[in-house]
Amino acid sequence: MSTLTVSVVTPDGPVLEEEFNMVSAKAESGELGILPGHIPMVAPLTISAVRLKGDGASQRVAVSGGFLEVRPDKVTILAQSAERPSDIDVERARKAKERAERRLKDKQSDIDFQRAELALKRAINRLDVYNNNF
Amino acid sequence: MASLREIKGRINSTKKTKQITKAMQMVSASKLNRAEENAKAFVPYSEKIQEVVASIAQGGGDASHPMLEEREVKRTGYVVITSDRGLAGAYNASILRKAYQDIRNNHTSADEYKIIAIGRIGRDFFRKRNMAVDKEITGIADQPDFEDIKELASETVQLYTDEEIDELHIYYNHYVSAITQEVQKTKVLPLNDISAEQATKSSSASYEYEPNQEEILAVLLPQYAESLIYGSLIDSKASEHAARMTAMKSATDNADDLIDDLSLTYNRARQAAITQEITEIVGGASALE
Repeated sequence: MSTLTVSVVTPDGPVLEEEFNMVSAKAESGELGILPGHIPMVAPLTISAVRLKGDGASQRVAVSGGFLEVRPDKVTILAQSAERPSDIDVERARKAKERAERRLKDKQSDIDFQRAELALKRAINRLDVYNNNF
Repeated sequence: MASLREIKGRINSTKKTKQITKAMQMVSASKLNRAEENAKAFVPYSEKIQEVVASIAQGGGDASHPMLEEREVKRTGYVVITSDRGLAGAYNASILRKAYQDIRNNHTSADEYKIIAIGRIGRDFFRKRNMAVDKEITGIADQPDFEDIKELASETVQLYTDEEIDELHIYYNHYVSAITQEVQKTKVLPLNDISAEQATKSSSASYEYEPNQEEILAVLLPQYAESLIYGSLIDSKASEHAARMTAMKSATDNADDLIDDLSLTYNRARQAAITQEITEIVGGASALE
């Protein structure tokens, strides 16, 4: 079975570069499944988990937005932050979640509201990926 | 000639200073190593994002985004990256001199520019000169994560989107080698010259866009601009450590020279004192005869 090289890169360095059989990700326009031989494509991602299916095992990576670049034999995910479950700082994510929830309750200005919403999404996403909740 | 005790005191204090500068030199050397690694880790991300931006920018003629277009400049944003601490030779002074001169020469009133200061030295410099600092961030780690700068970067890019500023320049020290750093002035926004620069490199791929080019540019360009700011930051961090290392090395060398000179003076003074004592004894003895 043919494979895809998947690399996840962030400004702090590469997170992962391995061979997989299939990639599924949530793009802004909806769920995407990518198999080897896909036409070249670029799509923005939402704050979500990217699922990577390899031989037998599948992996998840939590991404905070960014985008996905597809070539027939290669998928590159460029995100401002991306973590494998083992790299997630659960305590921090939990605190971030509480902080964001508190801010949302306070309802200050619009910008803060938006920012808190995004922070909440990122925190929940990290926790979900960590806890295997899908 | 200074007294023996005075010279001794100076030798001792110089030795202690030397110990400190030597320690700082070694600390900076290891920080420089880490900073170089960080800069290397960032390369794949920046190359890839540049490649995609370039291929979209030149691939489809119909794609447009405010960040790609030049508009009339009413107000210019300046991001000035300095360090938090001094003792790094001319590192901060050269950046600030250049930025200050440019701002002075290009603008007549304070309404025409906004300063975004990264690093305490730069912030204090502009404050002292009564130039408003719009955004600031201090206390950045020696090995910054993208997370540390993300908020400032996205707020800065937002300024451009909101048309608060119509141009964005970054001033930072570019790391050339451990002994050379040069002041660099880069225009980040608008991104109108990107296509020409990268055109040859990424002509291979033409992409499908999901859902369309405009939406992708809306995500991609701010991310790209933020990554440029982060890139400048880690570059300047490497420069900072290199500059501090060099400054501390020359301080250590100077301390060595000073200690040599002082030891010579000390020995000479000691010899003079001994000679004088002997002369006195001989004089005293011959007076008794």
